[in-house]
Amino acid sequence: MIALLLRDLKLAFRAGGGFGLGLAFFLIVTVLVPLSVGPQTSLLALISPGILWLGALLANLLSLDRLLALDWEDGSLDLLATAPLPLEVALGIKAFAHWLTTGLPLVLAAPVLGVLLNLPTAGVSWVVISLLLGTPALSVIGTFGAALTVGLKRGGLLLSLLVLPLYVPTLIFGAEVSRRGAVGMDVTTPLLMLAGITAAAVALLPYASAAVLRVNLR
Amino acid sequence: MSLWEYANPRKFLTTSERLLPWFWGLAGLCLVAGLIWGFFFTPDEARQGATVKIIYLHVPAAMLAINAWIMMLVASLIWLVRRHHVSALAARAAAPIGAVMTLIALITGAIWGQPMWGTWWEWDPRLTSFLILFLFYLGYIALWQAIDNPDTAADLTSVLCLVGTVFALLSRYAVNFWNQGLHQGASLSLDKEEHVANVFYLPLLVCIAGFILLFVALVLYRTGTEIRARRMAALLARERAGA
Amino acid sequence: MTLSVTDLAITRGGLPVLEGLSFALPAGQAMVVRGPNGIGKTTLLRTLAGLQPPLRGQISGNEDTIAYAGHADGIKPTLTVRENLSFWASVFGLKDITRALLAYDLGELSERAAGTLSAGQKRRLGLSRLLVTGRPIWVLDEPTVSLDKNAVEMFANAVHTHLAVGGAALIATHIDLGLEAELLDVTPFRAKPAPLDDFDGVFL
Repeated sequence: MIALLLRDLKLAFRAGGGFGLGLAFFLIVTVLVPLSVGPQTSLLALISPGILWLGALLANLLSLDRLLALDWEDGSLDLLATAPLPLEVALGIKAFAHWLTTGLPLVLAAPVLGVLLNLPTAGVSWVVISLLLGTPALSVIGTFGAALTVGLKRGGLLLSLLVLPLYVPTLIFGAEVSRRGAVGMDVTTPLLMLAGITAAAVALLPYASAAVLRVNLR
Repeated sequence: MSLWEYANPRKFLTTSERLLPWFWGLAGLCLVAGLIWGFFFTPDEARQGATVKIIYLHVPAAMLAINAWIMMLVASLIWLVRRHHVSALAARAAAPIGAVMTLIALITGAIWGQPMWGTWWEWDPRLTSFLILFLFYLGYIALWQAIDNPDTAADLTSVLCLVGTVFALLSRYAVNFWNQGLHQGASLSLDKEEHVANVFYLPLLVCIAGFILLFVALVLYRTGTEIRARRMAALLARERAGA
Repeated sequence: MTLSVTDLAITRGGLPVLEGLSFALPAGQAMVVRGPNGIGKTTLLRTLAGLQPPLRGQISGNEDTIAYAGHADGIKPTLTVRENLSFWASVFGLKDITRALLAYDLGELSERAAGTLSAGQKRRLGLSRLLVTGRPIWVLDEPTVSLDKNAVEMFANAVHTHLAVGGAALIATHIDLGLEAELLDVTPFRAKPAPLDDFDGVFL
């Protein structure tokens, strides 16, 4: 288990592993938003929690198509499926590695990018907390989408089409926590819902992912 | 005789061919009668005037948009548990119909909303959930079309339908929460049908029956088409293998 | 540990390719699978490895006993030879990779990134993975592709050692490995098309 996690982390950090691409994409989205909606700081402050969430979500999506595709191409998935490690666990670990290399850096970068968008100080901690709670769900949902489309030649676009609707509840509750937090409202309900969705997704979705991956490996 | 006998493709085809003319006929009858009755022989509503008559299209389409997905869910479960090909193909056949119903519900909703609320689109929880449901339909249909091997496609889409159902329900509640959180009290609810007078209610029932019959006819017809296409592909593959 | 197969039927892309196949592979034995291209050798091996379910028939003795090596070796180009091998060793719960490195003469290459290896060297690395699985039954699909004469000998030796300690091997190959191996020609088991009037049968 640890071996698989370490391998995926190593692969991500070495040349061509794609670490940092998501982060750079997050930065670019954040820069493009003021360029497209105008520089009024009051408007930016209002929409900044939502923009940060959308940016994090898209950056997450961007890295999904290499989550399983590389292991599929070089035959590692065949070998993993015949290994003693249950495929459910293997996929859970791969999702965790994806979160460590993509989700966690986004969470840490969010406060810095929040400055660019004039995010109210009160909102910073809630943006970080909501992203910290929400991005693991994005990773496991993304793993499910990647497992669905792994055998397809140009699955990237289809992957987005399949995964984005599944991101809706996480996005709504996550952005709601940030938005309410930024204006000083009570965040209890959306925070609990967000945590609940993440917990359920982390616990249950690897089974679905493994089931569809087995079908794709046939 | 067991219900599962109809899961045999041949039995399904012969039976559905016998039943189809009845379904087409009854669907046409109900729709023509219900729509004419509703459009021309009911009074204008006091506040909304004649615009209210769009419910004869809007409400049945919206009902079927949701129920088509539920039917796909049941068919997917049957495929996953009992491996009946006809069940998987019926789910595949129902998806585009459900998507079109969702689209009809959305468009008629917009046309209705324009004079009532002064805007074509409002991020009302119900409208938003239907839009999200439409996205789920698109993803499901796209996945079916992307995969060559029909059994693989059936397995993958079935699991997607299961997972999608859970997330669609979550989205429904999330969207409810999301909008009430902002626009307290400014609810533009479409709940009119819950307290419509009998004079609107009866033609609406006829229209709903017509839409359901039309849906059943379309699903039977399209499933038959899918079965034939599948058989044709199998025969071609067999010819290639034999050569 | 005997791998035995009774009345097996398998499909590829939804179409039956082989049927009525039965054989037994006891410990200490090697078996070579032969048959023309497209007959379903790869499908058979993948079915035995548990990667796809059989259409009909029973397979016994294949649970957690099979080490499968297909056309792709699962090698990560940015990891070194040692890292690649250690990874698979720890996935299978073993630690020691020196025996595997020795058997395929990979010692000098062990610190090189696997992406810089030649095709034959990569294949040797892929085959050495079998030694770190600790699994008794090797199921190998064309293992000697891109190997030179020397490397084929290394492979034959490795198989020989494996058989001597009570292992077994099922190998799809067209070259003579110089092993005492039973021959399994799958040509007679080619699936006959289902009768055309059987609607459900043609559906498959």
